[in-house]
Amino acid sequence: MTGLLSLTTFAPLVGVVLLLGARALHGDNAKTDNLAKWIALATTLVTFALSVVLVAQFDAKDPGFQFVEDVSWFAGLHYRMGVDGISILFVLLTTFLLPICIIAGWKSVEKRVVEYLICFLVLETLVIGVFCALDLILFYLFFEGGLVPMFLIIGIWGGKRRVYAAYKFFLYTLLGSVLMLAAILSMISIAHTSSIPALMVFKFAPWLQTWLWLAFFASFAVKMPMWPVHTWLPDAHVEAPTAGSVILAGILLKMGGYGFLRFSLPMFPNASELFQPLVFALSAIAIVYTSLVAFRQTDIKKLIAYSSVAHMGFVTMGIFSGNAAGEQGAIFQMLSHGLISGALFLCVGVVYDRMHTREIAFYGGLTNRMPWYAAVFMLFTMGNVGLPGTSGFVGEILTMTGTYQASTWTALVAASGVIFSAVYALNLYRRVMFGEIVNPELKDITDLDKREILIFAPLIIGTLVLGVYPNLVFNLTASSVDGLVGAWRAAVGG
Amino acid sequence: MTFAANFSLVLPEVILGLSALVLLVWGAFHGKVTPLFNGAAVLALLGAAVAAVVGPHGHAFNGVYAADAAATYAKVAIYGFSAIAVILGDRWLAVRGDQKFEFAVLVVLSALGMGVTASAGDLISLYIGVELQSLALYVLAAFRRDDAKSSEAGLKYFVLGALSSGLLLYGASLIYGFAGSTRFADIAAAGAAVAHGAHGVGLLFGLVFLLCGLAFKVSAAPFHMWTPDVYEGAPTPVVGFFAAAPKLAAMMMFARVLGDAFPDSVAQWRQILVVTALLSVFVGAFAGLAQNNLKRLWAYSSIANVGYALLGVATGGETGLHSMLLFMTLYMVDVTGFFACLQALSRDGKPMETIEDMAGLVKERPGIALAMTAFSLSALGLPPFSGFWAKFYVFGAAMGSGDVMLQWAAVLGLVGSVVAAFYYLRLIKTMWFDAPVAGVDKPQPTARAVGFAAALFSFPIVLVALIWLDPAARAAAAAFGHA
Repeated sequence: MTGLLSLTTFAPLVGVVLLLGARALHGDNAKTDNLAKWIALATTLVTFALSVVLVAQFDAKDPGFQFVEDVSWFAGLHYRMGVDGISILFVLLTTFLLPICIIAGWKSVEKRVVEYLICFLVLETLVIGVFCALDLILFYLFFEGGLVPMFLIIGIWGGKRRVYAAYKFFLYTLLGSVLMLAAILSMISIAHTSSIPALMVFKFAPWLQTWLWLAFFASFAVKMPMWPVHTWLPDAHVEAPTAGSVILAGILLKMGGYGFLRFSLPMFPNASELFQPLVFALSAIAIVYTSLVAFRQTDIKKLIAYSSVAHMGFVTMGIFSGNAAGEQGAIFQMLSHGLISGALFLCVGVVYDRMHTREIAFYGGLTNRMPWYAAVFMLFTMGNVGLPGTSGFVGEILTMTGTYQASTWTALVAASGVIFSAVYALNLYRRVMFGEIVNPELKDITDLDKREILIFAPLIIGTLVLGVYPNLVFNLTASSVDGLVGAWRAAVGG
Repeated sequence: MTFAANFSLVLPEVILGLSALVLLVWGAFHGKVTPLFNGAAVLALLGAAVAAVVGPHGHAFNGVYAADAAATYAKVAIYGFSAIAVILGDRWLAVRGDQKFEFAVLVVLSALGMGVTASAGDLISLYIGVELQSLALYVLAAFRRDDAKSSEAGLKYFVLGALSSGLLLYGASLIYGFAGSTRFADIAAAGAAVAHGAHGVGLLFGLVFLLCGLAFKVSAAPFHMWTPDVYEGAPTPVVGFFAAAPKLAAMMMFARVLGDAFPDSVAQWRQILVVTALLSVFVGAFAGLAQNNLKRLWAYSSIANVGYALLGVATGGETGLHSMLLFMTLYMVDVTGFFACLQALSRDGKPMETIEDMAGLVKERPGIALAMTAFSLSALGLPPFSGFWAKFYVFGAAMGSGDVMLQWAAVLGLVGSVVAAFYYLRLIKTMWFDAPVAGVDKPQPTARAVGFAAALFSFPIVLVALIWLDPAARAAAAAFGHA
């Protein structure tokens, strides 16, 4: 069905209109806020339902783009949308996490509720657009547009140093992106088309590929984020509200990995091969170094943020391994990280909502008062470590298998990172959850309420189901990944 | 060519000239500013725009005057924005109980000057246009003569403007001396006749002076020093006018002089323009960081934007001109809208001009705050706002030029825009994150309406408007010089 993709992409904007309407009719009061939450939840659920329909109608055997829409615009640009086996999963991840984000902020967001919800809905549209756009400029539109809602989410509803974090997030990302814009413009002027499918088979001269690859790398490496341009992430995470962290870790970071898969690899295969050692080195450093940094953190959220950087190291490593196992693993790792890190930030949110601090030292002995919470936190900590049976395991083992074929040493270093991640994650769990309650303020802390259980339930199911039966994902991605790897091999003659 | 045929080519300017005289006499005898009076001025400007669209194309008065599609495009924009300036200025003066009929007359006269420069085919017509425009603008800057800052702005603008006119004239006289003619076509022929198709040193010497004078008029670095002071002191609607129509007229002058008179020495003037453009971008970006007054801030922002437009001029040819015309059109809407919003706002009767004044504006005046957010994001070059498309065209043209210097200039220009992003974000941060300060008066309705319309153009109308603006500007650029 044509138009379904656009419908899914822009459905959240309908919610925005409804929110504005509710505000105009009822004025700015608590009643409107309550209504607005329900409207936003309904919108995100409808969007999720639409994306499920999308997946159901998706033909997994077709490696090309499906649901393609193409309308001529101006200056040779097109409104061109479509999904393949890779992007459709990210669309699904986005629409899956958004209702959870809305519910996560249900109680904790008290000021400017309507604006808060509008930011999230606009962000949802822009992120889905990023994954569906098949025109370079359209892609850039969605990619850059997402900066504004996130800037506002961090800056208005964030913590103490929110302004600093918001600036840092925006400027870091913008600097990377303008270089990508320069590359995009020169690609359009050389290839005389802005169509992504056409550019994927367009052969750029190898020396030009090097420059273009570097420019795209500047943008996606910041977004991922890769060491050493990751420093904005801990700040942004620490200051963002819980739902903001979930969307940042769960979805926005994936735009970088998606960019590598969609642009760097197919459009600049020779440069990708040339820079493979660089990416491997940066990924290995990220895995080991940020794991060590994570171990030293005193703030729970910051620890999880650094752990995100480490996990993204596996993703970049897998993407540039250039074989099917690595790509599949990288995609899987991104999805799995979207669920697990999102859930971990929600876990932090649970105790933060109660105690308004994220200091590890403040807590201790929570198992005594919060058994359900302890169980949930344990599951996701294990997922983060990569315990077999959780989705975290599948992604890590596959990326390492793929990398092993390309560079044994990198895989070896990365494998040590798995141990480090166990060290910091278990240490965190020990200090927060085990032992006796020493801090008197924690005596009356309450366990998860129904709303919180409702948030965690889908994430728990997702993590376990994907961990036990990862073929759910691989069935969708297989043909697109094979196409990607085949084209890469053909281009570099490997 | 008969006199009547010549006459029909300059009809828009004739309409404006006569209207200005009639308005002057009307004002002098009647004294009071009535809606009818301002309406007549607006009508004259719109009539001139219509005359430019429907009128014939060709070279009038033996090549002194070029009425081509590019001139038409520029004139429609210039006269249109001048008409808006008449209305906004009148409202601003009315609030202060200081309405004077001279305002509309001066705007019409300066628009006439801009129209002449946009059509100039000769150094003399160019100079006459420049001076007519500038003299009217000096007076407009000092329009609040009882206000020390306004007078200072006018005086500063006048003294430095006179200096730049001197440079311009000196350059023109050198070119005349070496080329033997003041007509652009003859200068180009003289240039082509010099060995190897390159210009003689004398001609280039003159060109450099001419470019310095023009760079002053567009406030490109390193000739930008007057801009922040003049913008700060001049009345807000006048600043909105300064930042829009005269900039386009001056860009057209660049295009005319370089494209029509010096087409063969691209390699020479491109270097000058690229350096000027990059200097402007970085001066605008870095100096803007330290500003607290929004009018000064937007002065630096306009310096940076002039840099981007000059990059389009430097690219030259059809794509370069096309990108410059679209850049300026989109920029003019934004800047007019921004100053309209600034004009609409006041707190306890005092204008709100510093960044701190805007604290928490989104709570106090959500509509205007949203509009100003749109203008900031647009100026920042963030998609999908119109400022992004403006940059898309300019940098796209530079990237596609095949000239390595231009390509690196585009990359550096983009990096400069990230620096500038900081101060636009600062304004957004102040409006959205900070605690509101009460006491914002009811906005002035006309200015607010203009601001809203411009904001809606910035997003989302621009996404549709470009579907016909893009080919219109392309046709204008393609027809440049071929009347």
